[in-house]
Amino acid sequence: MSKETTAAPAKEKIPKEPLFSAKNKRLLYDPLNDNNPITVQVLGICSALAVTVKMKPAIVMALAVMVVCAFSNLIISLIRNIIPNRIRIIVQLTVVAAMVIIVDQFLKAFVFDVSKQLSVFVGLIITNCIIMGRLEAFAMANKPWPSFLDGIGNGLGYGIILVIVSIVRELLGSGALMGFQIIPESLYKMGYFNNSLIIMPPMALIIVGIIIWIQRSRNQKLIESK
Amino acid sequence: MEHLNIFIKAIFIENMIFAYFLGMCSYLAISKTVKSAIGLGLAVTFVLSISVPTCYLLEKYILKAGALQWLSSDLAAIDLSFLSFIMFIATIASIVQLVEMIIEKYAPALYSSLGIFLPLIAVNCSILGGALFMQEREYATLGEASVFGLGSGVGWFLAIVALSAIREKLRYSNVPAPLRGLGITFILTGLMAIAFMSFMGISL
Repeated sequence: MSKETTAAPAKEKIPKEPLFSAKNKRLLYDPLNDNNPITVQVLGICSALAVTVKMKPAIVMALAVMVVCAFSNLIISLIRNIIPNRIRIIVQLTVVAAMVIIVDQFLKAFVFDVSKQLSVFVGLIITNCIIMGRLEAFAMANKPWPSFLDGIGNGLGYGIILVIVSIVRELLGSGALMGFQIIPESLYKMGYFNNSLIIMPPMALIIVGIIIWIQRSRNQKLIESK
Repeated sequence: MEHLNIFIKAIFIENMIFAYFLGMCSYLAISKTVKSAIGLGLAVTFVLSISVPTCYLLEKYILKAGALQWLSSDLAAIDLSFLSFIMFIATIASIVQLVEMIIEKYAPALYSSLGIFLPLIAVNCSILGGALFMQEREYATLGEASVFGLGSGVGWFLAIVALSAIREKLRYSNVPAPLRGLGITFILTGLMAIAFMSFMGISL
């Protein structure tokens, strides 16, 4: 897992208000590219791939992870000084599990069909390594507000990859986006077929591999040594 | 016969990694050498085959709607299933802790070879995934649940050992620099998953 110090300089100028200082803004923007949880830190891949066949579940999943990540970071950061070191994993898991239960009940109440599609993967947010990783690496050592921002930033970084993968898969696999038909009917009449291979789970891995390839050839400092 | 079906299905057709991508994080991180892959694979198999039956008992006698009937008939209306996430993860975390202590005491050689992998398993998605799939598919008996747990573990073991063997050989090949390491591993896993898809046609 890469450290926070590998960050690139933030593009924004320092604003007057202290809540969004340059350092805090970097916490938000960094995970989008240079320190992306999926393509750089290799965290949270488990759920990222299984929910990306369609765009809608992917967006719901990304929001759910963002909420859980931000609030569990906040809570752990608030109580970080009173957690006994030996049992901290169980404490962290309990906090995360409580957050996930709230999110799960919320999804079941308001977007039941999406919650059915996501099936066990909402529950698996508990063991999503992004959340545990950020708790261990950031929230245990930082103040509540930066931790909260870090949670939102990493949730966004996770979400952006999810959305890219799901756009590719839904557009090529079903010719639609968010359930609306994009590829016109006339094209199908001319002999265009949806690529049914891309709906299969393995293609998600290959698409993420290609995203990593593109990202690293644009951003040379991420290339791994041999 | 039913048990054998579940076992084979859990290993090949519903492989934790290639069909559901569970436990990918440690799968990608610890597959650099065959030796460590075997260590982690064994530990995951071990914990899965203990934790799935335990969660099954928990589900059947405490969490399911009307499961508390064995205590008293007044409690028959209680449905605690919304608590299953927190109960399962607490069970898994404590089983991992327990297993770690038992192995340390009675099999020090195994302990030193598994080493750091054991505590990592508490946050391996495949363990909680196994428990949640067991809950979703409603296996009928304790035997079926245990066989499912063992089978998923063996499937995970096979997958990580296979990938680590490929990655060891990959060191001698000339991969484009931006694809090196993580990128090529993703694509490799994708290709392996496509190969595993050929098992899907088998109906058991």
